[in-house]
Amino acid sequence: MDYNRTTMNPIYLDYAATTPVDPRVLDAMMPYFSDSFGNPSSIHRYGQRAEAAIESAREAVAAALSCGADEIIFTSCGSESDNLALRGAALAMREQTGANRILTSKAEHHAVSKTAEQLERYFGFEVKWLDVDEHGMVESQTVEQSIDERTALVSVMYANNEIGTVNPVREISEICHRHGILFHCDAVQAAAYLPIDAGWLDVDLLSLGGHKFYGPKGVGALYVRKGTRLIPSQTGGGQETSLRAGTQNVPYIVGFAEALRLAVKERQQRVTHVQPLRDRIIGSVLETIPQSRLTGHLKSRLPNHASFAFKNVDGNLLLTLLDAAGFACSSGSACKTGNPEPSEVMEAIGLSREWGLGSLRVTLGVHTTTEQIESFLWALPSIVEKARELLK
Amino acid sequence: MTKVVVAMSGGVDSSVAVALLQQQGYEVVGMMLRLWSESGKEDSNRCCTPDAMALARRVAAKLDIPFYVVDAKDEFRKTVVEYFLEGYARGETPNPCLVCNRQIRWEFLLNRALALGADFMATGHYVRKRDIGDKHRLLRAVDRSKDQSYVLHVLNQEKLKRALFPVGDYAKPEIRKIAESFGLPTASRHDSQDLCFLAGDDYRNFLQRNAAEMLKPGQIVRRDGEVVGVHRGLANYTIGQRKGLGVSSPMPLYVLGKDAAANTVIVGAQDELGSRELIAYDVNWISGEAPSESFRAEVKIRYTAKEAPALVMPTDDEQVRVQFDVPQRDVTAGQAAVFYQGDVLLGGGLIR
Repeated sequence: MDYNRTTMNPIYLDYAATTPVDPRVLDAMMPYFSDSFGNPSSIHRYGQRAEAAIESAREAVAAALSCGADEIIFTSCGSESDNLALRGAALAMREQTGANRILTSKAEHHAVSKTAEQLERYFGFEVKWLDVDEHGMVESQTVEQSIDERTALVSVMYANNEIGTVNPVREISEICHRHGILFHCDAVQAAAYLPIDAGWLDVDLLSLGGHKFYGPKGVGALYVRKGTRLIPSQTGGGQETSLRAGTQNVPYIVGFAEALRLAVKERQQRVTHVQPLRDRIIGSVLETIPQSRLTGHLKSRLPNHASFAFKNVDGNLLLTLLDAAGFACSSGSACKTGNPEPSEVMEAIGLSREWGLGSLRVTLGVHTTTEQIESFLWALPSIVEKARELLK
Repeated sequence: MTKVVVAMSGGVDSSVAVALLQQQGYEVVGMMLRLWSESGKEDSNRCCTPDAMALARRVAAKLDIPFYVVDAKDEFRKTVVEYFLEGYARGETPNPCLVCNRQIRWEFLLNRALALGADFMATGHYVRKRDIGDKHRLLRAVDRSKDQSYVLHVLNQEKLKRALFPVGDYAKPEIRKIAESFGLPTASRHDSQDLCFLAGDDYRNFLQRNAAEMLKPGQIVRRDGEVVGVHRGLANYTIGQRKGLGVSSPMPLYVLGKDAAANTVIVGAQDELGSRELIAYDVNWISGEAPSESFRAEVKIRYTAKEAPALVMPTDDEQVRVQFDVPQRDVTAGQAAVFYQGDVLLGGGLIR
């Protein structure tokens, strides 16, 4: 096996973790560090220029979501958007109607699930955890059966970060609205590849994070449908219509908007690029590696996302061996402190420990090539075998 | 390029090992073991606290090497901790570091290092490896006060073939200086010699929590069987101990031995302490071949003991009788007896 690859840059197959900043995005950001550096809240022309930049960024994001510019709040990341949506909407709804239940799935990102847990523990809310099917999908009838008059908010992710499954978001929002309940959707992982038209999705709140679609880290956005009340988490100045205090991160907001604009504009060609590579990976892995299975849905899944479980493999060890062989991937049990536990998602889809510890996520992007995938598929079977040997 | 995995701990020695090997032209990869801790004590396990891990990570980043944490919790509990508990249950004073070096560092981790494509594995141990022909020898460290060869007497030729000990040629103050010259963040950390999984606690409290059943009270007796008191469980006593026996006697009494079968602690006067002989079993010979003849050697009976001149008489391939020139105090079952000739470590085994 060719281990000398480590002296070169390893092949990057972890685009769901983060993506490199698109040079066009970086170009758009550069003027706002040292030239047009003003504070958007300032009266003078420096401030005006910075304010103009974030307002045109807001319009660009609104255009990408087919919504109003006043429905976009800029935040520091996808997690902050999730936090603001859940905490803000739950507190506001309880104040308005007394409803104190939050429905969310067992396969959500921690940004949602940990926030829900905190609302339960310290704020007196009650959380109902929605089951997912064996593919990690939240079925709309599960939502229908769980909703009651005490429900304040439903939060279900658009696409799962670990296993790529795409949820029937429109069906779920339809159910929520029939019952007059707010619906939040974490679209952080989905926005790079799936339609994010807010009206079509019919969501009340939608979270986005810039670095998943070739924008910078440290910037996100929350779509807040007009008329939806939120209690802010971060208080202070009146920025972002008083929903998110703090001087706006102008260059990053500009970068976010440009990256999202490009993601929507180039979506079709990006999907066309990654999907056949993804299918090649799924087909080959299941065929060449014994005791392997696909995690997540076969059809309703992100076009750049392949994820697997291997029986009797330590996922951390597998990632270490892959990295040493020159492939940067991820796992549902990934933990840099060497303390492997199957993730909640692996448990939610019913995988036993012997399967759930051995998860592997391979996610593709614009720079992924056929040669890279072939070289990965050639190396993987023996690396999985080696990881199995070491566990014996 | 020759590839070497360094077993890192976040401490100064293994950090300098990385820097030295890099300087010598190796391609270096850092690995750190995640070892077992009692639930809730993970933050104070000496070997792998989150702090130590963060330090190792910073060193790796500073020296620009890949760094991976390897989970060995289950393996460590099954081998090292079980061995520790079983040793005390037998009335011995076990040395878990020996098992950790044999089973965890130089087996579990070494296998992972080799799987990564490494040619060698290095540690920050103060010990030297020297080759004569295709035979590998283990030598004491240049800095005798830091010498750690005692715990490495468990290595064999196959493992030594893969081993590198870059810090063994330096004195500790030099190592600290090298760390400073590389700007390594570990330069000012202190040494520690406690067992990692005790997390700074006394081993007796650990036994109380994890094997309370073995702390059965019993009788304290003299050699002739005379009962002189009551003990609080064998594991609470070590050979040579005088204080804390709770026995009144006209002259000071010392722990001479422990009888696990009868659950008794045997005590006697100071002049009854000490043995002229010991039997060591499970002996490992570094050369891979047991000597056929008796030989003179300096024998070390604890990590911190001073070597004592003795005659070592092999009785079979894995067992020896050691006859000291002068009777030795505190010969303790469960500890290792390790044989040296000058700087060369010949082998060692467990004291019966």
